[in-house]
Amino acid sequence: MKPRDLTDLALRNLRESILRNALTTLGVAVGVASLVAMISIGVGLQELASKRLSQSGLFDTIVVTAKNNFRGPGGPPRSEANKDAGKPPRVLDEDARHDIEKLPNVIEVYPQVRFFTEVRFNNKPFATVVAGMPDSSKNSGSFDGMVGNFFSSSTANEAILQIEFAKDLSPNNTSSLVGQELVLRYAERQALPAPTENAAPASPGGSPGGGFSVVPRELRLKIVGVVETEPAQGFGGYGNARLLMPLLTASTLRAAQVTDLRDIVRDSNANKTTYASLSVRAKSPSQIDALETSIKAMGFGAFSLLDASKSLRTFFTVFDLLLLIFGSLALAVATLGIVNTLVMAILERRREIGVLKALGAADSDVQQLFFVEAGVMGFFGGIFGVLFGWLIGRALTFGTNVYLKRQSLSSIEVTSVPWWLILFAILFAILVSLVAGLYPASRAAKLNPVDALRYE
Amino acid sequence: MSNAEPAIQLDHISRHYTMGETSVRAVDDLSLSVPANEFLALLGSSGSGKSTLLNLIAGLDRPTFGAILANGQNIAALSSLDLARYRCNTIGMIFQSFHLLPRMTLEENVELPLRLAEINRADRPARVREALERVRLTHRLGHRPTELSGGEQQRVAIARALVNRPKILLADEPTGNLDSATGESILTLLRGLQRTMGMTIIMVTHERPLAERYADRLAIMGDGKLLSTSAATKEQFQ
Repeated sequence: MKPRDLTDLALRNLRESILRNALTTLGVAVGVASLVAMISIGVGLQELASKRLSQSGLFDTIVVTAKNNFRGPGGPPRSEANKDAGKPPRVLDEDARHDIEKLPNVIEVYPQVRFFTEVRFNNKPFATVVAGMPDSSKNSGSFDGMVGNFFSSSTANEAILQIEFAKDLSPNNTSSLVGQELVLRYAERQALPAPTENAAPASPGGSPGGGFSVVPRELRLKIVGVVETEPAQGFGGYGNARLLMPLLTASTLRAAQVTDLRDIVRDSNANKTTYASLSVRAKSPSQIDALETSIKAMGFGAFSLLDASKSLRTFFTVFDLLLLIFGSLALAVATLGIVNTLVMAILERRREIGVLKALGAADSDVQQLFFVEAGVMGFFGGIFGVLFGWLIGRALTFGTNVYLKRQSLSSIEVTSVPWWLILFAILFAILVSLVAGLYPASRAAKLNPVDALRYE
Repeated sequence: MSNAEPAIQLDHISRHYTMGETSVRAVDDLSLSVPANEFLALLGSSGSGKSTLLNLIAGLDRPTFGAILANGQNIAALSSLDLARYRCNTIGMIFQSFHLLPRMTLEENVELPLRLAEINRADRPARVREALERVRLTHRLGHRPTELSGGEQQRVAIARALVNRPKILLADEPTGNLDSATGESILTLLRGLQRTMGMTIIMVTHERPLAERYADRLAIMGDGKLLSTSAATKEQFQ
């Protein structure tokens, strides 16, 4: 029989016992819905975690430091350090920054500018850590839901306050701070003239630096936003920095940093900017490994949290698998429903099968007819199941968000039904239904037409 | 007619069943030749093996021994798929209880063999109408079998059996569920169709008078064996 005739006949047969077949299809739909709901929770939570982690910059960022004479994060093992003991460590300066920028798959390289200082607001002093934020952080999602706006330009004299700090400044109404000004007091590093040749002997690591003096400065900053999260709180990032300003503005302040004292004895030119560390953002976490190796080969220390990311992916794969297994249990029960319905249909349609065979239907025609009927039930069960599963997901998200709102927390998407899940669920439902139809279809095909025609 | 090439040639066929420890010989070493365009009536008491013989000729069952030649090919040796094709293209069957599918309209019932024979969809309506015209039921196309009388249902069954233009029509007690007047009208119809379409008809019946009037030849069976064959008198049919 041609496929269209086969489908016509199958649909007609399904319509004839509409209630029973609809209930069987509903059984499949409930099974698929449970599967879709379970997996959508897994996918939703994974997406939520990935989004948060990617916003944190934990897994696509490498922190580059100058190689130290002591072991530290990113420092080489002791044996390796000993090998290079004779050579001066490469300085992490603007040249190094440009070299790293040229590496493949690097999106951006920016220095970490952070310093502890004093802020004056309404003539009262407040101590805090100030951090420079690159332009790219605007799109990372870290500033989603903030009060006010991101910096108007990369060189603006503007500040965004972390809410805890904002509460220190204005305990009652933090949002009123937006538009007001504060004064940043900081220590500017100014290079001293280089010493004369007689002044000091050359050191093995190079000429000693000319040193620098520290000059107190003030800068007025306009508060443009208050943020609840801790933006870019990645390791080595801006955790605990409670006053954020544009990175370029922060860099031009030449504020004295903790590492400056070390640089005095290491760098010959105090006028030249060196960085305590550079953050390197890769295009994707998968390129971190290769990039880290390249940076280490350039003579710097490098450190990333890629391994933690791998563990996270493994966790979610196992989590999804478990959800899939539990979700499939309902579908397994629905499968029994299909077997039952089709076996009953064989009993009811025994004489009809005999007539079909007497009129010239081959065993394969009868088998395919039952297969198509099972497949059609699976197809519609799959479609309705996806719909129900999606609705369950929406209900879960709604319920969760109602709860979060009561706790004064921002809303989240707990579930996610991506297109591949829809396709997978429908195909899986059809496949399972066909497997369920195997036995009834084969039994129908093997019916002896003479016995079937005699059946009353 | 006896000089014509046989449409069916049964060569020492047997069909044995095992029921528990007993072996039943439903058809026992039977040989018979049915020439093309003959109307043969198979007569015999209940359990004589006539329906079993008809099922063997229809390819619904296989003989335990012997060969069944239909238009020259031994259907006993055909594969299951080829046997289905044989039933679809060479044989038409009608039954005592009509065996129409109650969920389908007359048109759909008659169209069913065309679907199985994979006839082009565009050609089917004309073929269905032609078959129903032969049995004079074109005005009931959209009706369901349960809305028809017994005689009308049998006529639909005949239209369904003829729609694939078979060479051989097998009828298993076609008048068994009908009153005598309707039964006669059905046999008149069959006889007319046999003549106009040039078919071979093998009809199982236990109504000897009707067989005498409408068939060309009578074959009498008893205990699975062919007891005798004789030409029908046909006085009343004329």
